[in-house]
Amino acid sequence: MAIPGQRNKMDKTLLHLEDVYKRYFNQNKKEFTVLNDIDLKVNEGEFVSLIGPSGCGKSTLLRLVLGSEQPSEGIVHFDDKKIIGPDRDRGIVFQKYSLFPHLTILDNIAFGLDVEGFTIPGRIFTPFKYSKRKKEFRKEAQLYLERIGLKNDGDKYPHQLSGGMRQRAAIAQSLIMKPKILLMDEPFGALDDSTRQDMQLFLLEQWKKEQMTVFFVTHDLEEAIFLGSRIIVLSQYYKTDKDSNEGSKIVSDLKISEKTIKPTSFKYSKECADLIKKVRHEGLDPEHKQHIREFDLNHKDSFRTITQDEWNNK
Amino acid sequence: MKNMKIFDTQAKYGKYTTILLSLILFFLTIFLYFFTAHQRHKENPDDKIVPTASEMLDGLKRVTIQKDRKGELRLWIDTYASGKRFLISLFLLVFAVILGLNMGVFPIIEHFFLRFMTFFDKIPALAVLPILFIIFGLGETSKIALILIGVFPTITLDTYLRARSVPSEQITKGLTLGASDFEIAYKVVLPQIIPGVLDTIRLNFKAMILFLIAGESLAATVGLGYRIFVIRRYIAMDIIIPYVLWMSLLAFTADFLVRLWVKNGYSWTEKQNG
Repeated sequence: MAIPGQRNKMDKTLLHLEDVYKRYFNQNKKEFTVLNDIDLKVNEGEFVSLIGPSGCGKSTLLRLVLGSEQPSEGIVHFDDKKIIGPDRDRGIVFQKYSLFPHLTILDNIAFGLDVEGFTIPGRIFTPFKYSKRKKEFRKEAQLYLERIGLKNDGDKYPHQLSGGMRQRAAIAQSLIMKPKILLMDEPFGALDDSTRQDMQLFLLEQWKKEQMTVFFVTHDLEEAIFLGSRIIVLSQYYKTDKDSNEGSKIVSDLKISEKTIKPTSFKYSKECADLIKKVRHEGLDPEHKQHIREFDLNHKDSFRTITQDEWNNK
Repeated sequence: MKNMKIFDTQAKYGKYTTILLSLILFFLTIFLYFFTAHQRHKENPDDKIVPTASEMLDGLKRVTIQKDRKGELRLWIDTYASGKRFLISLFLLVFAVILGLNMGVFPIIEHFFLRFMTFFDKIPALAVLPILFIIFGLGETSKIALILIGVFPTITLDTYLRARSVPSEQITKGLTLGASDFEIAYKVVLPQIIPGVLDTIRLNFKAMILFLIAGESLAATVGLGYRIFVIRRYIAMDIIIPYVLWMSLLAFTADFLVRLWVKNGYSWTEKQNG
């Protein structure tokens, strides 16, 4: 329990979801639930990995946080404000289409700065100031280019880069705007194994350097555990005292580590293997349905609300 | 030399073979034409239907460097008049692109225009021509209006579809980087679809020229389309054929220039691998 007045910066709640349901209509106009009563709180500085079986609604949850979709029910707050759409507070890196194909890498990275400083009157009436600013933005973007190891590739177009380089640039494009949280939707899903490992280390370095908060969606269990300081498992494989259940719930919410970078050797440690086994069994195994009473929600920020009929101890 | 198949899906040919192959039909056509001209002139030296090269050259001289009764160099004033009509229409098509873009980006504009435009697109432009003549008279307005009614909705709808097919991830990304809605439209979506839109406009040159000639043939006092229909009365094939070739050359050049523009100005479109 946090005591008021003792909360330091790292304990500030950034993301707050409560009683969130998301329902869609299928082709026969029948409603079905994807997310069932999601409660979630994420504090500043955390690296949250979100994992779950395919079709569990990971990306849906991410889109709710992003703001590109609205919940059917419940509240989704960011920094104590209701999320109404994608905005500057939350950066995003997708698996594909993250970079603008018509801009060079340098211009892609400077895009956010460019649009922020852009006004039509400013462009017309103070052209010199405008071009000076533009130059400054390029300089700043160049610093980021060096940081991501693409110093000499600034004038290339995205299609000329490899997948890993593109994702680096996409991360830099978001980081330069210093978002309060960086959302990532399976960003390394299309990369080969060694590039993937490089990218993981790169991301962790940036996380440490910028003291960022990261919300990372993946379907790769090892990746989720290696990267995250906290892992959240979203799954449709569970049972309650109700006769039927529809939609995924958060079935595990675990602390993996302090907010530090784990050494690569962690991937081969027993601790990691045990965690993988545990999460796979509790969350990802369709054969094994945990009762809602048995969920392991040991992370300190974890909380949940339950309805009577799901939990009547009969 | 193990593979001598003619129809070989895996065949590869050198540069010269390719050029040679593509020239055959051109030469064949030219040869057949002049062969026919020669044969007909042997029978009747005054044949007007298939003029010889020297007759056409003579005709061409009469319209390019010799003034006619009114003291005009016909081909040039015709080209100027038609070109002006074409370019004005082309300029007005900018609005079709802007409309299509905004329809693709802003749902309110989409819902306002989409059904109307889809219906508008189906109106046969040539069937509207009499109405245009009645309303606008026989002047320039009705000819330009005809071209626009013919291609404006097509360009709008094509731009709209292209704007819609920009991945939503790009728009979301733009918003998270702080772009306003108008910046999304004009800095994220528009620059991405411009090469495709230019291609569509280029492919619609043909339709534009078609409507232009149709308009001119019915009501004009000058213009390439007007001229060939007027001199038809005198069976002046020695002028009609150079005119048709000239129009084709102009259309081809315009098309070529746009292709060159897309290729050089938008090098990022070349290959987008994922």
